[in-house]
Amino acid sequence: MLSRVAERLYWTARYLERAENTARLVKVYSYMMLDLPRGVGLNWHQLVDISGAHEHFDKNYRSAGERNVIKFMLSDTDSHGSLITSLAMARENIRTTRDLVPSEGWEHVNELYLFAKKKLAGKTLPKDRYEFLSEIVMRCQQVTGLLAGTMSHGAAYQFVRIGRNLERADMTTRMIDVGSTTLIAPGVELERLENRLWTYILRSLSAFQMYRQYVRRRVQPEQVLAFLLQDTVFPRAIGHTLGEIAACFEQQLPNNEEPLRAVLRLQRLVADANVEKLRAEGLHEFIDELQMEFGNLHQQISGTWFSLELDEAV
Amino acid sequence: MEIDWKTYDPGEFYDEMISSPGNPRRAARAIASYLQKLSARQMKRRQNAADLSIAEMGITFTVYSEGTNIDRTWPFDIIPRIISQKEWSRIEEGLTQRMTALNMFIHDLYNEQKIIKDGIVPKKLITGSKSFLPQCIGASPRYNVWAHICGSDLVRDKDGTVYVLEDNLRVPSGVSYMIENRGITKRVFPELFRKHRILPVDDYPAHLFDMLASLSPRPLDYPEIVVMTPGIYNSAYFEHSYLAQQMGAELVEGGDLVVGDDDCVYMKTIDGLQRVDVIYRRVNDEFLDPDAFLEDSVLGVRGLLRAWRAGNVALANAPGAGVADDKVVYTYLPDIIKYYLDQDPIIPNVPSWRCDDKKQREYVLANLATLVVKPANESGGYGMLVGPHATAAERNKFANLIKRNPRNYIAQPTLSLSTAPTICGQHVEPRHLDLRPFILQSDRTYVTAGGLTRVALRKGSLVVNSSQGGGSKDTWIVETGGN
Repeated sequence: MLSRVAERLYWTARYLERAENTARLVKVYSYMMLDLPRGVGLNWHQLVDISGAHEHFDKNYRSAGERNVIKFMLSDTDSHGSLITSLAMARENIRTTRDLVPSEGWEHVNELYLFAKKKLAGKTLPKDRYEFLSEIVMRCQQVTGLLAGTMSHGAAYQFVRIGRNLERADMTTRMIDVGSTTLIAPGVELERLENRLWTYILRSLSAFQMYRQYVRRRVQPEQVLAFLLQDTVFPRAIGHTLGEIAACFEQQLPNNEEPLRAVLRLQRLVADANVEKLRAEGLHEFIDELQMEFGNLHQQISGTWFSLELDEAV
Repeated sequence: MEIDWKTYDPGEFYDEMISSPGNPRRAARAIASYLQKLSARQMKRRQNAADLSIAEMGITFTVYSEGTNIDRTWPFDIIPRIISQKEWSRIEEGLTQRMTALNMFIHDLYNEQKIIKDGIVPKKLITGSKSFLPQCIGASPRYNVWAHICGSDLVRDKDGTVYVLEDNLRVPSGVSYMIENRGITKRVFPELFRKHRILPVDDYPAHLFDMLASLSPRPLDYPEIVVMTPGIYNSAYFEHSYLAQQMGAELVEGGDLVVGDDDCVYMKTIDGLQRVDVIYRRVNDEFLDPDAFLEDSVLGVRGLLRAWRAGNVALANAPGAGVADDKVVYTYLPDIIKYYLDQDPIIPNVPSWRCDDKKQREYVLANLATLVVKPANESGGYGMLVGPHATAAERNKFANLIKRNPRNYIAQPTLSLSTAPTICGQHVEPRHLDLRPFILQSDRTYVTAGGLTRVALRKGSLVVNSSQGGGSKDTWIVETGGN
């Protein structure tokens, strides 16, 4: 299989997953802004921080009001992390590997992009925004399901799976970051609010029901954190996504040693995390560390399978 | 849309289906009577079914002129164009003869240049040709064959004579449409395939694979063959990806390949670098290798020409083969065939005037209103003048172009292209068409049974190019003997 093709499939899946999770993130954040009392210290700029693109935002926008932040997150074609950019990139990548994916895959992604572009060009009222974001999530999942159900699970599909899971792991850490960064205002009725906050995060990841089955208790921050970080069976939990990536490496791909080492190191890091201690302090830093490691894992994948140097010829 | 052959009248033109109103030609007799029995509704339903298949199969070509590239479906007319096998075997012989002579000619030009020394063609033919590549002088591709894949355009004049209009030796396209068209007619008229003996065309990818495999520098059962495309924005990308899929070959872009210090070509795969034996390249010569040709080409592979000259990789067609694709070279083809094969051409050339000859140029300039003027080095119907359909201003412009650069132009009489019945809205009307068979040559030669029939869908138009409002038809070579 050609490296270029593998790379494009990997990015198709990453961008699709990123689009879905951006929609989830904006949706949960919008709800929170409506619901939580002002004193909690929540503001729109934190959403930009969580998305990891504050430099670009600060350079191009004067104020961090709702309108600007929403535009930045959803419809700004210059922003690398916006929903529309992710969909456009997913479309471009799948378009150039059309012969390897079932043709419905291309058609759905194309329609999804055109749908988002049209909707975002119009005026979006907050009410429409939720509906729109829910539809984006659903349609992204439709494509994911379509590929899982109609594409042979050979090497080509493994790159789709790797891209999806790595992006998902990254975005789950950003959701967790919502929980860590918004808890900075002291003096409010912390416990009750905090529980509500984590409930939002769970819901935004469609994780609430699965969480209840997992702990069978009401929402408690440590438990949620442990669930989202370490659970190995919930598909959006980081523990699970890393397991999936490791399985892809092991089962189907050649020369897998270096990437495999990188993902195993990450799995260890996550499994060994002391959740109670992290919640008390250092959660945000831990999230940062994980994101750095995800970046490193990407470098390993790219170096092994995507960008070959000539000296490997002999 | 009901067809009555008595009222179908192609006028002065040669019609492929009927010889005179009410009288179908022998090879077309059965299908003509079948079509006549269909009701307007049945006919319409079949055309709709064909349009649907095209959409489903995703058969598209890309149109350049519309600003951003869009994929557009390729208009298809369901009434097949019929040729008798008897006539076809002669055409097949003629094409084989032509291709053989052309390859000997190209090899000679890049090596001893005997044909020039013997005064058959003038030296300036090469020195004045953009497609003659000095970088290829002295090269010896396997079997001394340079043009492995050729699409020759055939037209039929009023009196029924078939001419070769041009030979496309660079990166001819259209063969995927030929195969897909057959797939569609099989769905639309299955009953006709039971009654007729129609020669198959869908074995082309297998022949293409065998031909390419025969070029491999390493003797292997399954050499590593790749199809090299300029990318998704190319108008023939659909075909590149189609042929790669049909042959089970990788579809690569320039960036996927690399030439090592050992002068071998490798492709970058997830298993590491893998040696490539044969490249069916659909990238033009000048973009193939930035080291040898256009420096700023991003479509090509650095060092590719070096690897080819070292004999470590085969390129089909070989770089430089386009020299014989020149319209001025075309005018010498009867002499070329005579020189190398000591034979007369089986299929005649269209009579042509060379504008770099003073006498002939004067004739051309005096008769622009009746002639077709073609630039030596363009394809796709671009940059030519169809005298009878042109305005006085256009003719003036061409007169100046010819005077400024006579080497670059030839002129031919305006042929009355033959017609065939075509569905036009609610009626069946005669429309002009041509035919592009495909020829494969290495140590042996293969000619497709028929080829791609292109039809000018606008009434009276002679331009059949897909980029300029043409459509296509399935082409049937029908066995008539023994009936």
